[in-house]
Amino acid sequence: MMEGYAIELTVNGRRVCAEVRADETLLEFLRTQLRIIDAKLGCGKGDCGTCTVLLDGRPVKSCIVLAASADGKDVKTLSGMQEEPLIKALQESFVTHGAVQCGFCTPGMILTAASYLREHENPSRDDIRRALSGNLCRCTGYKKIVDATEAVAKRNT
Amino acid sequence: MNTQNQSNTRLLLPEFEYVKPKTKTEALQLLDQYRDKDTRILAGGTDLITKMKTGALSASRLIHVRDIKELSGARQIDSALHIGAVTTLADLERLPEVKSVYSALYEALRSMAAPAVRNMATIGGNLCNGSPAADTAPALMVLGTVCTLSSLTGERRMKLSEFFVAPGRTALLPGEMLTELAVEGVRPGSGSCFLKIGRVSADIAKVNIAVYLERDGDRITDCRLAAGSVGPTPLLLDSVASLLKGSRISQQMLSEAGRMVEDAISPITDARSTQEYRKAISCILAEEAIKAAWVRSGGEVPR
Ligand SMILES: Cc1cc2nc3c(=O)[nH]c(=O)nc-3n(C[C@H](O)[C@H](O)[C@H](O)COP(=O)(O)OP(=O)(O)OC[C@H]3O[C@@H](n4cnc5c(N)ncnc54)[C@H](O)[C@@H]3O)c2cc1C
Ligand code: FES
Ligand code: FES
Repeated sequence: MMEGYAIELTVNGRRVCAEVRADETLLEFLRTQLRIIDAKLGCGKGDCGTCTVLLDGRPVKSCIVLAASADGKDVKTLSGMQEEPLIKALQESFVTHGAVQCGFCTPGMILTAASYLREHENPSRDDIRRALSGNLCRCTGYKKIVDATEAVAKRNT
Repeated sequence: MNTQNQSNTRLLLPEFEYVKPKTKTEALQLLDQYRDKDTRILAGGTDLITKMKTGALSASRLIHVRDIKELSGARQIDSALHIGAVTTLADLERLPEVKSVYSALYEALRSMAAPAVRNMATIGGNLCNGSPAADTAPALMVLGTVCTLSSLTGERRMKLSEFFVAPGRTALLPGEMLTELAVEGVRPGSGSCFLKIGRVSADIAKVNIAVYLERDGDRITDCRLAAGSVGPTPLLLDSVASLLKGSRISQQMLSEAGRMVEDAISPITDARSTQEYRKAISCILAEEAIKAAWVRSGGEVPR
């Protein structure tokens, strides 16, 4: 009874028509059908945030979103936001602060940080830590990630 | 195509059918039509999809209701705030009246998961999951919430405290779904508070407690307490509330209330915490929550 589901959505500004399985996650769809690989599979169950993408402008964990349910929606991944000044600033700050080691968590981290900074002026370090609490990093110990995000927040305000 | 990459991101889900009704009526028709099958409602999916991926749950059909507009959003009707079941936790948290009026609910929402999960998760999903640890449950219970259960044949309403039956079980019957929550308006001179202990911030609760109280001078005139993760369902602690009702606030009173909480709950030892710890911490949380609600109601810090 496995039939395909026709979906139509916007991904990184591009109109996409595709067929997905009922059990296909948005993450799997992005990576295997569209070859967009900046969103990554870590835990696959909503804990780690490496799969974070924007769905209608808000960060979600694409490993637990069904692709079929993204029909008609706007999806953005980090690679589709390279021209945005805030993203660029965060990327540079992550580099200068040494907030990237293996880099696996970085796209999700930057996307989450950008979404937060866009809506919150003058956050404290604690606010930043809370905002990033759904994104796990096995390498850096977080301090440099918070430093890098804080530096951009200070420049913004 | 790189097959390794594909298996990398594939769900460990069994086959199921996905349906997306456009309206509440359509959703209820589907629920009715498939009531004898292994059909489940899919809202934000943060519980359901995760459980299906880990094999804790299965379904042959998912009815996706998250985008049904008439089930989403909140509006004030008379003194009550009516919240659609598929309203996301993030949207609720952004409502000015939730922050300014319903402190306990606001604090419960803020304590939950990470922002990206709150953007997906719905209030209805948090309750229908039937988890004893559901954070919005104690908060909504003390704020006096009535839920609406709808089916093709009609609607029934019940207090949220009656909605929870057993771990993972609610009062929902086959063919029914939760459609709305009506949260009572709070009185002037009232205050509420939600507190939670988890392993790390934004984690599932080891214990959570909510308090709502009304104050007249130095007396508590009305009061409700509820706690989660300390019994088979979120519990309304009526015995403690009756002790507090009508009494003068004092440190001694608070300590006595704390002791009573310990007797009113029946926590177990599980992966998250032990029975002993849950009992001990519940007393302290209850005292702190009553104190905070009291101060918010305009009362002075009790000595
Ligand atoms: C990383 C992570 C952290 C979390 N942290 C917390 C936390 O701190 N506190 C907490 O309480 N929870 C937490 N959760 C659990 C979960 O996110 C919440 O319970 C959430 O509110 C569930 O809502 P949902 O819309 O995603 O539900 P879904 O997963 O869509 O549904 C949950 C269940 O309810 C049923 N259902 C949903 N809506 C309805 C309806 N309207 N009528 C009838 N049945 C319905 C579904 O069939 C399913 O059985 C966490 C989850 C994750 C993945
Ligand atoms: S892969 Fe999605 S949260 Fe970990
Ligand atoms: S840099 Fe390796 S996981 Fe964060």
